[in-house]
Amino acid sequence: MRRVLVQFRAETMLVVRNGEQLLLTLAIPVMLLTFFSLVDVLPSGTQDPEDFLLPGVIALAVMSTAMVSLGIATGFERSYSVLKRLGATPLTRGELVAAKALSVAVVEVLQVAVLVPLGLLLGWEPGGGNIALVVPAVVLGTAAFTGIGLALAGNLRGEINLAAQNGLYLVLLLLGGMVIPVSSLPAPLRTVAELLPSSALADVVRDALTGAGTRPGASWVVLAVWAAAAPAVAARTFRWD
Amino acid sequence: METVNGVVVENLVVRYGDVTAVDHASFTAPAAKVTVILGPNGAGKTSTIEVCEGFRKAASGHVSVLGLDPSAGHRDLTGRMGVMLQGGGVYPSARVRDVIAHFCALHDRGMDAHNLVERVGLAHRAGATWRRLSGGEQQRVSLALALAARPDIAFLDEPTSGVDTDGRDIIRAVVRQLADDGCTVVLASHELAEAERIADNVVLFRSGRVIASGQLQDLLQRRGTVGFSSSSALDAVALSAHLGHGVNPRGGGRFEVDAPGTTHLVSMLTGWLADNGHPLDSLDAGTETLEDAYRRLTGAGS
Repeated sequence: MRRVLVQFRAETMLVVRNGEQLLLTLAIPVMLLTFFSLVDVLPSGTQDPEDFLLPGVIALAVMSTAMVSLGIATGFERSYSVLKRLGATPLTRGELVAAKALSVAVVEVLQVAVLVPLGLLLGWEPGGGNIALVVPAVVLGTAAFTGIGLALAGNLRGEINLAAQNGLYLVLLLLGGMVIPVSSLPAPLRTVAELLPSSALADVVRDALTGAGTRPGASWVVLAVWAAAAPAVAARTFRWD
Repeated sequence: METVNGVVVENLVVRYGDVTAVDHASFTAPAAKVTVILGPNGAGKTSTIEVCEGFRKAASGHVSVLGLDPSAGHRDLTGRMGVMLQGGGVYPSARVRDVIAHFCALHDRGMDAHNLVERVGLAHRAGATWRRLSGGEQQRVSLALALAARPDIAFLDEPTSGVDTDGRDIIRAVVRQLADDGCTVVLASHELAEAERIADNVVLFRSGRVIASGQLQDLLQRRGTVGFSSSSALDAVALSAHLGHGVNPRGGGRFEVDAPGTTHLVSMLTGWLADNGHPLDSLDAGTETLEDAYRRLTGAGS
């Protein structure tokens, strides 16, 4: 446990020191929530856009931290031989993963602590769902996106991984029901979108916070499958150097 | 007295696809000594060290590090092993003091980070990030990370590569102290002169094979000739007659006397040069250098 905490401290310090990671994990979700809550141009299908946006932006925050931020950092750690160097210390792979997971969890708590009060300030009114379900939703979403991020980071070179993570982030943001409802996508694209982890996470968080999920049962299944499959793929294919 | 070995390598083979990087290499690295693995780039040094560190699987052969199989016993080894990679190993935005403190804290019996920063001569750069350090300073941080474990065995890959004179002095002193404190040091280098200054034992690699290994003084032979540099206009025939041995011009003011460098011969040579107004720019007599031994053993330059 001591080594997990030592590694967690180092991981967290790097996140805090890395300006672009904070921009990705905090500034972009805050900007999207604020802008589209005040400028009602999205086809949210709700009377108050923040009712649609806040759950989607929480899902976006989870994706930013667990997939993009973690994936890019880990990819560069691989390129810089940091992982190889750590492999010569008593820190085990399990302890390293635990430290990274703890670091992701802390950032996610920070994100929720910023986004929920901001949503309330912008006019979001909780109710209609089962708020407690946000926790398992975020846990499953974190597992799914961590798996995707590490699968890319463990197989692609630093710069290519960077491009792939950012490209995937954009695709999942646009098609994932986070700021644009899946129902407003063309039919063939909608079918694909409903199978994405981003849309599943956004839907179950939306259902938990406002009771306005479009297909929560199916979304929980989709999310659970991604949460099981993606880390398994990452564990099987990850290359440490 | 029986020699205790920190590392034993027997018939090691490492392959990358169809390419054989290490070809049935065998050698030992005695405990509490500095063993330098020497050879040109691509000779198989790093592959051998990576197998010893437990980072790479051998195609065949046997490797023992502190009595452990480095692959199966990697977990037990990590608490007693220091590793300096050939490059990198540190996140660019990490500060010197933070990264050294981090690695010290990962070990149960880790060094004091503050003392370690001072030991590698980086106290004045403790607040700098890795990306702001010079190549030599980065090497010293990497060395510090290898020492963080208070290791019983240290694998150092090209520790003086790209390091200035002052940095080399610090690294040499740290490596010598490490061995004096009982740590087995295995160091890979392609710099023969550097190796000669630091090695107790030498393993010479060429094209994946060990061509010689043993104590440094046992590998170096007494020269059969005396080499010297002087004026190109020197009369080699007259000097040869004076010395009673052949004198062969090698070009560029270099000459070679066909006889071992006894005190008497050297005295006669320097006396003749002085009497005839010729300078003595360099003199190679006595025991050969490691570079000479390497050329002799590999046939290079002959």
